[in-house]
Amino acid sequence: MRAIVSVIGKDRMGIIAKVSGLLYSIDINVLDLSQSVLQDYFHMIMLVDISKCGRKFSDIASSLATLGEEIGMSIKIQHEDIFNAMHKI
Amino acid sequence: MIDRNAILETNEMIEKDHFDVRTITMGVSLFDCITGDGEKTAEKVYAKITEAAKNLVSVGCEIESEYGIPIVNKRISITPASLLGRTESDFLLIADALDRAAAACGVNFIGGYTALVHKGITASEHAFLETIPEALSKTERLCSSVNVATTRAGINMDAVKRMGGIIKQTAELTKGNNAIGCAKLVVFANAVEDNPFMAGAFNGVGEGDRVISVGVSGPGAVRSALTKCGADADFGELALCIKKTAFKITRVGQLVAREAAKRLDANLGIIDLSLAPTPAVGDSVAHILEEMGLESVGAHGSTAALALLNDAVKKGGLMAGMYVGGLSGAFIPVSEDAGMIDAVNRGALTLEKLEAMTSVCSVGLDMIAVPGDTPEETLCGIIADECAIGTINNKTTAVRIIPVPGKGVGESVAFGGLLGTAPIMAVNKFSPAVFVNRGGRVPAPLISNRN
Repeated sequence: MRAIVSVIGKDRMGIIAKVSGLLYSIDINVLDLSQSVLQDYFHMIMLVDISKCGRKFSDIASSLATLGEEIGMSIKIQHEDIFNAMHKI
Repeated sequence: MIDRNAILETNEMIEKDHFDVRTITMGVSLFDCITGDGEKTAEKVYAKITEAAKNLVSVGCEIESEYGIPIVNKRISITPASLLGRTESDFLLIADALDRAAAACGVNFIGGYTALVHKGITASEHAFLETIPEALSKTERLCSSVNVATTRAGINMDAVKRMGGIIKQTAELTKGNNAIGCAKLVVFANAVEDNPFMAGAFNGVGEGDRVISVGVSGPGAVRSALTKCGADADFGELALCIKKTAFKITRVGQLVAREAAKRLDANLGIIDLSLAPTPAVGDSVAHILEEMGLESVGAHGSTAALALLNDAVKKGGLMAGMYVGGLSGAFIPVSEDAGMIDAVNRGALTLEKLEAMTSVCSVGLDMIAVPGDTPEETLCGIIADECAIGTINNKTTAVRIIPVPGKGVGESVAFGGLLGTAPIMAVNKFSPAVFVNRGGRVPAPLISNRN
């Protein structure tokens, strides 16, 4: 199953390292990544494969949310289908 | 990789504009629970619902988490309860079983304490109608609806008359709680069998055993899209903008419905394309109309603006959903919409203007509080007017009206939660008593003769 991780917040050092470190530690593979910083505002979208991660989706979501709180960012994960449904015919 | 702007747009709609899936409703057929004995039927009703819907809430929460889209309500609708028993005590036992079953499944409302009496009222339906006020006063989660008119049958004025009394009695029995029983009681013309929204949901007699219907929402998302459209956009551009937003909203409903039906081993019923407001700031249908250029909803032009909105929502949503049904359109409840409440309070929106607006919206006079001393006959007149609009225009209309005992115009009443706060609205002082007491049926309108 593929999902989208979105990370938004004020820029600081090590955001990609922290997020990808957590994903690596729970066997989530990053397939694609796009990030930008506009006026100190960090924004990153990652396409990930969670099929090798044995955890429940809600547990993955709460681990990411907890990391987000630690580093002062908003981090959420959503099944990619919601974006396909809304934006592709 | 999915388009970055698409991801941003979706999440902005969810986080800033209150876009959500309003309800996953499971319809459960209870025909196989009929035994002829009230107690046994009630037992079977409880057992069937708690088995069919035992995972409804957990599956709803699972889907909510996976897609990152709030699913506000998980609810249950049932076969019209008036068909399950014969006597008043049968029906009260069933009402109690339904309430307990809803609690056991963790849902806040269960709909279908319903009678379809648009042409005639059987002896058991007479008994059933008699129990509505007591059933609503003794339960917490039960919702009731009564269909009193159809385009095909005309208006059963005997049933309309009966409902005026039932509403007053329900208000009286629940007056300790702001007459909240009336907020759970809907009088319909042309009721639909697959409506997922409360309080009017029931699982129609033509429905299957276990059916998932999903109601989407997103007034905030539509308003926000219109804001981006700008003040100089013409009507074609406005309609296009609404259609695009409705398409996106409905696609999410479709995704959620398909997943829910699969995981709950149920049939996929319909997507209801409704724009359902909540009292939250930024989640108002009234504000969409104001965004189109009305100083306040209720101003002349409101009916036209609502007609444009309702039509564009349907056109956008129809292509996005596999099966579209239910009420599908914009809801204009007063107490559940911050913009409507403000419009009433500033004197811009009256009952008469709301009635006109119901001829082009998806339902009718919804969540309207009126003075407690409003005569029964006046309530009947209000219901008859809505039935006329519904039957002649071949659409669903409804009345969910709350005559709040002890309250008058200028006061307001708070129901809490999604039911919101209702300012007491003035009703016409002149009496329709002689008219509504004539009895019999208003014959079916000309447009019903289509064969």
